[in-house]
Amino acid sequence: MSLTAKDKSVVKAFWGKVSGKADVVGAEALGRMLTAYPQTKTYFSHWADLSPGSDPVKKHGSTIMGAIGNAVGVIDDLVGGLSALSDLHAFKLRVDPGNFKILSHNILVTLAIHFPRDFTPEVHIAVDKFLAALSAALADKYR
Amino acid sequence: MVEWTDAEKSTISAVWGRVDINEVGPLALGRVLIVYPWTQRYFGSFGDVSTPAAIMGNPKVAAHGKVVCGALDNAVKNMGNILATYKSLSETHANKLFVDPDNFRVLADVLTIVIAAKFGASFTPEIQATWQKFMKVVVAAMGSRYF
Repeated sequence: MSLTAKDKSVVKAFWGKVSGKADVVGAEALGRMLTAYPQTKTYFSHWADLSPGSDPVKKHGSTIMGAIGNAVGVIDDLVGGLSALSDLHAFKLRVDPGNFKILSHNILVTLAIHFPRDFTPEVHIAVDKFLAALSAALADKYR
Repeated sequence: MVEWTDAEKSTISAVWGRVDINEVGPLALGRVLIVYPWTQRYFGSFGDVSTPAAIMGNPKVAAHGKVVCGALDNAVKNMGNILATYKSLSETHANKLFVDPDNFRVLADVLTIVIAAKFGASFTPEIQATWQKFMKVVVAAMGSRYF
């Protein structure tokens, strides 16, 4: 399900609105994922506090959203642009790629909460496709 | 057997109590047909679903959205017995409508997003977790008669 020119321009335009709140959105999406999908907590056993709004969750949410923002910038070549991150996830973190879908869902929920008027069905489909393409690029080196 | 704490039961009822089926049903089903266009395969008789505007303005989509959400009402009212409550609905979807059961999960996720957009920050992570547990049980019950 490749990204059309329209998908890319919708994502870029919407991300222009999101980027000001990126830290908040990232932290909240991660907190929601850890709360609603407790199996994902297994990847963060090294954190003292996994509750929504905790320091490690806020910091890591910010890291993730920063990377997603960068991905918007390399949207024309996600596999190439995310190559180093794919190496990281494939060989060091070894996050089961099924979890990318789970985090994506929680990002969509968070976007719907913070941008109820802008997150129209048309924006939803473009962002969903983008996150799926991003997830595939992240899993590119897994095997 | 699904175990619900009293807190979970009251959270689910409280969320559902704030949902206007006549508004949310059409919004959720319409959004599924737009975001996952292959789901349109089940709605050949619904007329024009060629654009997002056509889908959101289509009276048959709206009517069916209300029917689907109405069925959820049954689950909320029979939380201790969702599997039995949905037995014949599951059989109908499996053997007469031939609906891929993955679509139940898709609709549940989109419904959650529509509810989140309506409720805003009051749809806290904890409330989302409980709501999604309920959705998971409903989805499993809807898929339970597929052999």
